[in-house]
Amino acid sequence: MTTSRASRYGIRFFALGYLALLLIVPIGVVLYRTFEPGVGAVWDSITTPAAVSAFWLTIEITAIAVPLNTIFGIVAALALVRSRVRGKRVLEALIDLPFAISPVVIGLSLFLLYGRQGWLGPTLTDAGIQIIFSVPGMVLATIFVCLPFVVREVVPVLREIGDEQEQAAATLGASRWQTFLRVTLPAIRWGVAYGVVLSVARAIGEFGAVSVVSGKISGETITLPLLVENRFSNFDLAGAYAASALMAVIALATLLALTLLQRKGDAR
Amino acid sequence: MISVSSVSKHYGDFAALHDVSVEIQPGSLTALLGPSGSGKSTLLRVIAGLEVPDEGTVVLEDRDVTGLPPQKRDIGFVFQHYAAFKHMTVRDNVAFGLKVRKRPKAEITSKVDELLGIVGLSGYQERYPSQLSGGQRQRMALARALAVEPKVLLLDEPFGALDANVRAELRAWLRRLHDEVHVTTVLVTHDQEEAMELADSIVVLNAGKVEQVGAPRELYDTPANEFVMGFLGPVARLGDGLVRPHDLVLRTDPDGIGVEAQISRIVHLGFEVRVELDLVGDGAVYAQLTRHEAEQLELHEGDIVYVRRDGVKSLPSAA
Repeated sequence: MTTSRASRYGIRFFALGYLALLLIVPIGVVLYRTFEPGVGAVWDSITTPAAVSAFWLTIEITAIAVPLNTIFGIVAALALVRSRVRGKRVLEALIDLPFAISPVVIGLSLFLLYGRQGWLGPTLTDAGIQIIFSVPGMVLATIFVCLPFVVREVVPVLREIGDEQEQAAATLGASRWQTFLRVTLPAIRWGVAYGVVLSVARAIGEFGAVSVVSGKISGETITLPLLVENRFSNFDLAGAYAASALMAVIALATLLALTLLQRKGDAR
Repeated sequence: MISVSSVSKHYGDFAALHDVSVEIQPGSLTALLGPSGSGKSTLLRVIAGLEVPDEGTVVLEDRDVTGLPPQKRDIGFVFQHYAAFKHMTVRDNVAFGLKVRKRPKAEITSKVDELLGIVGLSGYQERYPSQLSGGQRQRMALARALAVEPKVLLLDEPFGALDANVRAELRAWLRRLHDEVHVTTVLVTHDQEEAMELADSIVVLNAGKVEQVGAPRELYDTPANEFVMGFLGPVARLGDGLVRPHDLVLRTDPDGIGVEAQISRIVHLGFEVRVELDLVGDGAVYAQLTRHEAEQLELHEGDIVYVRRDGVKSLPSAA
């Protein structure tokens, strides 16, 4: 069956129109409002000490949480698909938990566990470790909310490629590690890359869970989303727009970097 | 020399292999032949180390490898669906085993080029598997397995995913290759014709057990039981015995020995003429005659004929 020319254009028009209405127009408005006062004003707004600190804190949290989740994600996906261990169902359900629970609840649970009155709080305080209202807690919250992305992207790819290539590598003398590096990892790299992009986007933009454990100490535990909210509630709309635009730029830069890396990898 | 002794393998309650012992001569090309579920692939994978047997031992070239992983067995394995490394070029696929063994680059390059020449893929070095046909992919897989100079070459239904004409071509090619390379080779197949055409020796498996081992001619002429006879070629049941359709003799006049039958259909298949017969009170068989024989007898559908077997090549029924 072939679709008629008119219906094909109709479908395209609908899909693009839907995207435009829900995504492109709002983002466009933010960018427009950001640069309305002029580039100089925007630059001033994102180079205040508070904004610079928020920028680097966001980068720091992302740079810790995403690699950890990527390694965990690959290992967990391998365990789910390749191993014959019991309790796979439980593991699979647990990995989806952060999707099922509201980020605010995740933040609260960390607070209850590591807070001053929490189960582990007093012990950690005695040891001189502060988790809640400081960066470690925010990293934990970010890891928690980003946990499923890499696993969810890699599992279907692993299932699809099957294990024959890995068996072939074994018969050719490759150790497990060599097989992983030379056969499995290249085969799942698109899934991993996509999971990383999603994780980075979420890590940069996470508000709810981070907000609960941050304590919002200016210049210390304010990330970019918290800065946006902070400025917004203080009627600094231009400043909020500028910080939002900065977040969008980081996300786009990540996407671009990964695309370039993949190009390079494929050209090899 | 491959020596498999008393190997058993269960999957849950299912016995894939039950107390199997097989000796495979060095330098031979041996076929493991059987229907699906007979355990032939499991046996090959046990030899490769891709499956661990519940009981029994595997000895390759005087070395007990039962507890060794596939990496340490000096084997080459070819999979039915090629198992090509999709993200690597043909060159990198074939070089894989040498690279993980950290051989010098110059040696790898010359070895890969030599092997690609042998399998007829010279000039395909920089292609990706997705740019090759099924037959070419399987030849690449064979070159990849041969690159590490394995002591034994194990092929798991290597032509099973290919078109009939490519299959026939690759069979003949594999036989020639084996005559050149002389590596001990074990081939799994469910196709008796493939086994007969390629193998020096055939191991017939059924329901996880070895039914018979022997040269193709030996199995065909003196099958150990009804299963082997039925699996190696068409059979007809005449009276209380099994007989090959080409060993049936038809007479138009009663000679006192033959069973009375009516011709239900005559099929001309070029040189062969297939005469389908309704035996009196005893089911249906068909006889294979040459065109010449059929013409001499002047057979017509509906005629009454007398069927007997041609002497020695019948098998008394166990039933």
